[in-house]
Amino acid sequence: MKRDRRSSIAAGVLLLFLAWLVVYPLLLVLIEGFRGPNGWTLEFVRQFFRRRNEAQALWGSLWISVATVILAGGIGVPLAFLLWRYDFPGRRTLGGLVALPAVLPPLVGVIAFLFLYGESGFTSLLVQWLFGLEEPPWRLQGAAAILLVHAYSMYVYFYLFTRAGLSSLDASVFEAAASLGAGRGRTLRRVVLPLLYPSLGGGALLTFMTALASFSAPYIFGGGFRVMPTQIVATRLNGDDQLAMIETASLTVLALLALWLLRGARVANEQTGGGKGVPPALVPIRSRAARLLVAVIGWGLALVLLLPHLTLLLVSFVPAGTWTTEPFPPAYTWRNYLTLIQDPVRARPLLNSLWLATAATGVAVAIALVAGILSVRRRVRSGGVIQGLLTLPWAVPGTVFAIALATAFSVHAPLAGRFILVGTLWILPLAYLVRNLPLTGRAVLAGLRGLDPSLDEAAATLGAGWWRALRRVTLPLLRPALVAGASLAFVTAFGDFVTSIMLYTYDTRPISLEILSSLRQSDVGVAAAYGVVLMAVSSLVFAVGAEQGSTG
Amino acid sequence: MSSGPFLLLEDLSKRFGATVAVDHVSLALERGEILALLGPSGSGKTTTLRLLAGFEVPDSGRVLVEQDDVTPVAPVARRFGMVFQHYALFPHLDVGQNVAFGLESLGVRGEELGQRVSRALALVDLAGFERRRIGQLSGGQQQRVALARALAPEPRVLLLDEPLSNLDPALRERTRREIRDLIRRVGITSVFVTHEQEEAFDLGDRVAVLRGGRLEQVGTPEDLYAAPASEFVAEFVGRSSSIPVTVLGLGDRGLRVEVEGVEWQLTDGASSSVPAGPGLMVMRPEALRLLPPAPGSNNGVITQRRFTGSASLYTVLTDGGASLEVSGPPRAVSPGERTGILPSRRAGGGIHLFPARGK
Repeated sequence: MKRDRRSSIAAGVLLLFLAWLVVYPLLLVLIEGFRGPNGWTLEFVRQFFRRRNEAQALWGSLWISVATVILAGGIGVPLAFLLWRYDFPGRRTLGGLVALPAVLPPLVGVIAFLFLYGESGFTSLLVQWLFGLEEPPWRLQGAAAILLVHAYSMYVYFYLFTRAGLSSLDASVFEAAASLGAGRGRTLRRVVLPLLYPSLGGGALLTFMTALASFSAPYIFGGGFRVMPTQIVATRLNGDDQLAMIETASLTVLALLALWLLRGARVANEQTGGGKGVPPALVPIRSRAARLLVAVIGWGLALVLLLPHLTLLLVSFVPAGTWTTEPFPPAYTWRNYLTLIQDPVRARPLLNSLWLATAATGVAVAIALVAGILSVRRRVRSGGVIQGLLTLPWAVPGTVFAIALATAFSVHAPLAGRFILVGTLWILPLAYLVRNLPLTGRAVLAGLRGLDPSLDEAAATLGAGWWRALRRVTLPLLRPALVAGASLAFVTAFGDFVTSIMLYTYDTRPISLEILSSLRQSDVGVAAAYGVVLMAVSSLVFAVGAEQGSTG
Repeated sequence: MSSGPFLLLEDLSKRFGATVAVDHVSLALERGEILALLGPSGSGKTTTLRLLAGFEVPDSGRVLVEQDDVTPVAPVARRFGMVFQHYALFPHLDVGQNVAFGLESLGVRGEELGQRVSRALALVDLAGFERRRIGQLSGGQQQRVALARALAPEPRVLLLDEPLSNLDPALRERTRREIRDLIRRVGITSVFVTHEQEEAFDLGDRVAVLRGGRLEQVGTPEDLYAAPASEFVAEFVGRSSSIPVTVLGLGDRGLRVEVEGVEWQLTDGASSSVPAGPGLMVMRPEALRLLPPAPGSNNGVITQRRFTGSASLYTVLTDGGASLEVSGPPRAVSPGERTGILPSRRAGGGIHLFPARGK
């Protein structure tokens, strides 16, 4: 009973903190959007609907997101089926490479595409040189460019969800269908696809939300093409704060609408879900022509997947100002990397990103752990609300949170729970923390639900107090989930661009902003070197996460 | 002073929302006694066990060990060992570390720890298994590790939650015997939960039958079988079938009962307290016998015959519409044939009368 009361108090404190950090800033944005100098007003809503730009941006966000889902699904789903069912030369290699886009943080992927397919990128220079053209053959701009980057980086979601769904299917399912006289087509249509719907829905939802919130690609490639996240930033730079808030609210509504429409989807690719089935045997492709075709497609795809990474690596060795019109850079140097380490001004962003991401991840893991234990184990009454608050930031685009935090914490009103944090050291880690909560929260909640509660009770009957039970039983068993959630959170925070661009200060400028400023100064080598560092650290953290997660 | 019971459950009640899981249950155990909590699912037996362990706090009532009230004592400090239904072995620790876990809570360290772990493992016939991983063990071995882990800290009471339900049927009987021998050897007071009557009878010194959170009856297996206190116990424990009757009153040779228009005189049985009027008669198969059909007796049709070895079990659909199980010689009659039914002369305690349902 004493324990119950302590749990309730802890839950109350946590609930208050989450409400203050997650809900309160969003509410403030909503309220301030309806407030003018003379009290409540619909003036800004009217402005929002009067301007053609706004409707264009909203429509642009919507159709780009839908098109991204279609494109990413069109690549990811067939690829998952191919690798799951068929044996062909290069299958293993391709299987190892398909997740490569995931190690490129959004901004890094975008600049890699810029170096590769941009007006002065490798491919266009190559085409120009081959055909002796005066002008670049194409411009990487507008909706097509955005969709290209989206398709490349987001097909992975569809691929992973489909693979997880397929691997939970047991071979006996297909044997049963066959014994009932269903051919290949009918089995696919009547058995496999219906069983995959939740997974496909999950992939679609994740892709849609990511595309809707996508900032880097439209920011760099958008040109005159408007989507809501870039529109919000532009409006705010213009000083139309209230209008920006109405825009923010409209984007949030769009996100929540998508969430509601796809509510039947499998929300997370949880470890406990799949992998139970015995997979059916691989089907070797016998016909020589088909083998050749599949092999060519497979290797071609592998090359396309790997090219951005290689490009980034190559460009990172290019000295400033030496590469202009040749298809390949004429000179190479280590200087860019040395600058990164030796120049204290340029090394600073690296250290900043490291400590910001580490702090935000550490706190996010701790909060997720407390929330998980209280809501899953102690079953406190507010458990559902706590879990909801923990995962809410997932549904809200990063730009929205950046605006919300900037609004809430630019005023000094301690009694209303508002402090001036904008412009200080604290606003960025706080923003990263909010964005990390759903990542660590999901992992920890899934991990805890997968643990048999009688393990805790067994520890209690054996005389272990809650601290010893936590340290000796729960934490060791939860380690795979903790590591998985923490590595995802760290990588996200480490490469963050969308919230940083609105909230950074000179002292806390992270790597992504340094990449942007290097790019603006045409210092492509240094920008690429930063990109390589981001890519390398992300891969390393993912690799460690996968390793630790599997041997836990 | 130690004449009182070793373990006492005093008027325990627990409700979850609107449902009463345990309803004023009182039980007393002597030191070293094994008690089975028997009942169908939802009868409150598992909740009772969890109240004993301290995982649930009773709404009212107390749990006493040697007159010491342990109700407010947390499971951590209660020193009751527990074997969980799915064993709840710690998968990341090896067998030795699992068994050592409870001893470490008591502050046992170093050489003594190793010795006591070995001793506990030897007790369950798993000497030398210290360094095995839990995943490498068979189901039966995991069960024994769970027992060793629970017994190693020398708890005051041992609780077992459906200890055999996770084992192959073939393994169950052997394991049952092993557990019984082990508990006897250790001499620990034990309470276990089961929904299988055979298990309860075989393993328990006494059996407490629960239904809907209420204690229906507690007694030795023989008591429950020969003198069930309620219609539920009579039907739940052992094979039986029932038929509605009218109790007419005491006659010169015993209790007079009208069964589908025929009068029976029941010579013995503890049912003479049932008042005249509508009643329900519950009969063991061996309390009835078959004879050729005759006018003026209870007749019916054989619908099923099951060969059980020395005898057969016949299902008879009486002309009045009741379905009765009757034990008889292996090949007396065949399904489809007509037969008569009479109470067996050596019916003994096999026929029980209860007031009619719904009164």
